[in-house]
Amino acid sequence: MSISRRHFLKALGAGGAATALAACAQMPGGEKARGAHVVVVGGGSGGATAAKYLRHFDSDIRVTLVEPNATYHTCYGSNWVLGGLRQMNDIAQTYGNLRDRHGVNVIQDTVTAIDPETNRVTLAGGQVLNYDKLVVAPGISFNWATAAEGTSEATTNQIPHAWKAGPQTEILRRQLEAMPDGGVFVMVAPGNPFRCPPGPYERASMVAHYFKTHKPRSKILILDNKENFSKQGLFLAGWEANYGNMIEWVPSSRGGQVERIDVASKTAISDGGLNRFKADVLNYIPPQRAGEIAHSASLVNDTGWCPVNQVTFQSSIHTDIHVIGDSSIAGAMPKSGHSANSQGKLVAAAIVNALRGRDPIAPSMVNTCYSLVTPDWGISVAAVYQFLDDSIKGVPGSGGVSPADADRNFRRMEANYTRGWYDSITTDIWG
Amino acid sequence: MKHAKLAAVALAVSLGGLAVSQSALAEVTRGQLMAKTCLACHGSVAGGPDATIPSLVNGYPRQLMIQNMKAFRDGTRAATVMNRHALGYTDEEIALLADYFDTTRR
Repeated sequence: MSISRRHFLKALGAGGAATALAACAQMPGGEKARGAHVVVVGGGSGGATAAKYLRHFDSDIRVTLVEPNATYHTCYGSNWVLGGLRQMNDIAQTYGNLRDRHGVNVIQDTVTAIDPETNRVTLAGGQVLNYDKLVVAPGISFNWATAAEGTSEATTNQIPHAWKAGPQTEILRRQLEAMPDGGVFVMVAPGNPFRCPPGPYERASMVAHYFKTHKPRSKILILDNKENFSKQGLFLAGWEANYGNMIEWVPSSRGGQVERIDVASKTAISDGGLNRFKADVLNYIPPQRAGEIAHSASLVNDTGWCPVNQVTFQSSIHTDIHVIGDSSIAGAMPKSGHSANSQGKLVAAAIVNALRGRDPIAPSMVNTCYSLVTPDWGISVAAVYQFLDDSIKGVPGSGGVSPADADRNFRRMEANYTRGWYDSITTDIWG
Repeated sequence: MKHAKLAAVALAVSLGGLAVSQSALAEVTRGQLMAKTCLACHGSVAGGPDATIPSLVNGYPRQLMIQNMKAFRDGTRAATVMNRHALGYTDEEIALLADYFDTTRR
């Protein structure tokens, strides 16, 4: 048993005691779970998984999923659209299976208010839902207050972020297609923490793949607001082997810390005006924080993200509310679709067990982040996560990145697994 | 009142294990939850769209699962990512996974 039972119980803290108390009041026989209503806010990887697995673990529970869009485009895979490997349709997910096969009540609307005192959520359309438990999984929003001067939501048509997949992905793809051969694609990558740590570098890879086949004289410049990045050694080696010197990465200490953007001339400016990087296509990925509803419902702390119990993902602020996915502060777990999927299963189990008056399960979660360097060159980072000491950590000795010295066949196998992973995880979530 | 509540909490905690084994009501076990995490890659639907990663949807023989996971873990079986995952599980946890996938065999 690698988990310290004492630490584990300690982590349950007030939330665990409250759960036990509530269960006592409603038991015996776990009657509370029968007909309990769980509302899930957000139909991305975390929310849709939670909704499906709540029904899977206990079909007595009524589950309502509130999601603004009828079609959800996964952020993962959107770089492959930019590279021309996939079409938007290929990364589109819908909610018919959750509704028809799994009995989830899917409402296409936006949650405008959460009242943790009366356990009610209000939707933009005016509907009010009562919940016994609430799962909040709103992904990310952009922190324009700390973004580079000159940028705002209003500039995202000219300078797309494409960090929420959908229309933004299409805008960036069209700009890349319209760019002349010999042009410069400049990406500004955010500081930590942010959604999909290897994402900017896979994006550079996929754009390089497109340039190599269609616009071979073009350049890619990554201006980074940090000193190192996910799978750095693997990406740098993969770029050199496949794209020569097409991609240049500039860390924050060498001029990558972009302070201002001149939108009209698509110029990124750093070091008080010392460095000016003129782009033909400029992709500014803003600093991020928890999704909007997490802020209006006061589920965030001063980091802009949501503190949660590391065993049950109950909000540290409101214990009938669980926050999962990118919005949550989940120890060492990265903000990835795979993490959110794993957290969705954990929270479904935690809610089912709490409603039945059972003790929570010691968490065991997984993350696997695949990235394509080329269509035939895949790399990965993986870990198994448990609750260790006082937070979620990778199990010591497990996980890590693909070997640095692997041969082309190994990279090709991981590229195949990358595509298999996409098919499998999206079926696990929306299938 | 406060004492009654505290006593109720203590009772619930002490009876937790007993209630689990005696009740037919839904409970999610650790083995089940761990096994579900495998399905992100290993296909949650039988005969799913993914042709490259072996499906565990129809379960898996217990002894073979234990043998494979241990071989991934000690490196005697080559893999791309499974060695890195297998290192995250103790013998007991591998047994829990194997027990669960054995019960879901079809």
